[in-house]
Amino acid sequence: MDTMSQATAAAARLIFSGNADLFSAVKTSLSVSMTATAIACVIGAPLGALLAIRAFPGRPAALIVVNALLGMPPVVVGLIVYLLLSRAGPLGSFGLLFTTKAMIIAQVALTLPIVVALTHRATTALWKDYGDALLIDGAGTGRCIATLLAMARDSLVTVGLAAFGRAIAEVGAIMIVGGNIRGHTRTMTTAIALETSKGDLALAMGLGMILVALTILVSGAAFILARAADRP
Amino acid sequence: MFRRFAAVALALIAVMTGTTASAQQRSFTLASTTSTENSGLFAHLLPRFSAATGIDVRVVAVGTGQALGLAARGDVDAVLTHDPAGEDDLVAKGHGIDRRDVMYNDFVVIGPKLDPARIRGMRDVKSAFSQIAGARAPFTSRGDDSGTHRTELRIWQASAAHQKWKGQDWYRELGTGMGPTLNTASALGAYVLADRATWANFKNRGALELLLEGDPLLLNPYGSLRVNPHKGPHIRSEAALIWQEWLTSEPGRAAITSFMIDGAQVFFLPDQRPRG
Repeated sequence: MDTMSQATAAAARLIFSGNADLFSAVKTSLSVSMTATAIACVIGAPLGALLAIRAFPGRPAALIVVNALLGMPPVVVGLIVYLLLSRAGPLGSFGLLFTTKAMIIAQVALTLPIVVALTHRATTALWKDYGDALLIDGAGTGRCIATLLAMARDSLVTVGLAAFGRAIAEVGAIMIVGGNIRGHTRTMTTAIALETSKGDLALAMGLGMILVALTILVSGAAFILARAADRP
Repeated sequence: MFRRFAAVALALIAVMTGTTASAQQRSFTLASTTSTENSGLFAHLLPRFSAATGIDVRVVAVGTGQALGLAARGDVDAVLTHDPAGEDDLVAKGHGIDRRDVMYNDFVVIGPKLDPARIRGMRDVKSAFSQIAGARAPFTSRGDDSGTHRTELRIWQASAAHQKWKGQDWYRELGTGMGPTLNTASALGAYVLADRATWANFKNRGALELLLEGDPLLLNPYGSLRVNPHKGPHIRSEAALIWQEWLTSEPGRAAITSFMIDGAQVFFLPDQRPRG
């Protein structure tokens, strides 16, 4: 109880004093996770719809793999991306390690399976109902995917939010590939991990409260935007 | 719909790339230990260094083992760690150059106020560890192959309790950093070996207090080295050299000794007599 009130006070102090470290961490968290989610949606949503449309021999296996990847531990993804981007690794010459780009790559890898699996689920039933009509109409694969995604746009908002939720909440992957560098790659979650390790539980909890509030704001904004887009 | 998605994604990427590219001027990456970061030393040193040189230091704070590994792979430009043997090894293998003694601090034994093993005020850390083993009092170990963990193992091996501690139910290997280990010790009322700086800056003490200090076995020397520029053109050796020069010259030395926690000096220069 005492720690919680101290945490609330710490959160309020950070926000109202315009703490530069806090705003840098918020900006990094939001820009990395939003970029990663956007990229994962652009790649993953058409892939998910394609899996719903095309019945090819490897499809069950592909679906099993995608669904299994939903449970991929962030720290393992971080380790794989680290080994790829390390100077001694195959992509080392790009010099991406310990940058926000490395963090985006790791989070795309984490969120892509969510987007593919959930989009597949959202479009499968639609395809059953409208697939024949589309095919009779002479639609090619591209138009079929576009039409399905347009019909499923309400569910796609949820898909995007689920992906964003996984990205903004994770700490294991970005800690390894970003390095938690103050002012550059420190995010809300890595800052919380750092303050916890310093034993400053009130400050860590205060940061946690701010992060939860931010997540609520983002999902609220997405909800309102989706509503506005639906209105004719 | 796709086009809008793609446009947003591309715009965001453009913004991110812009900021990272411009921020990469005059900077280098330093791998260091959790103890230097958690103690607040870098928050004290780096603004002074940046003001004097205009160079931005990006600190990646990890365990000593991992920091030396990052250097060996060429993923960082310089290293500040506390494992002289590991640092010398890095130089011997050609990964690092120009190792310099920078500062000392020391380890201290922390434990519950009630002190069931009665080690308060002792000077000999080996006998204290034997008494902890004799009392079968809970002891939390880093267990993460860090500089602190390696020191703790050396003390156990040198103590009369050797071979009677590992695997015992009172000996808890946590596999985690200094701060989390102190958090756990605080919750369990356990003994723990900690570096003085992290302890001094640690907030969640509960019933823990400092029980033993001053044994020469507990000295903790920090060394600085640069990653060998032969590892490739991406190594920012010039900026790292300016850092090393600054750290071992008068302004850097003054910055180290002026770092205080609760009014007490925490890091000492190599030619200063450490406390004890």
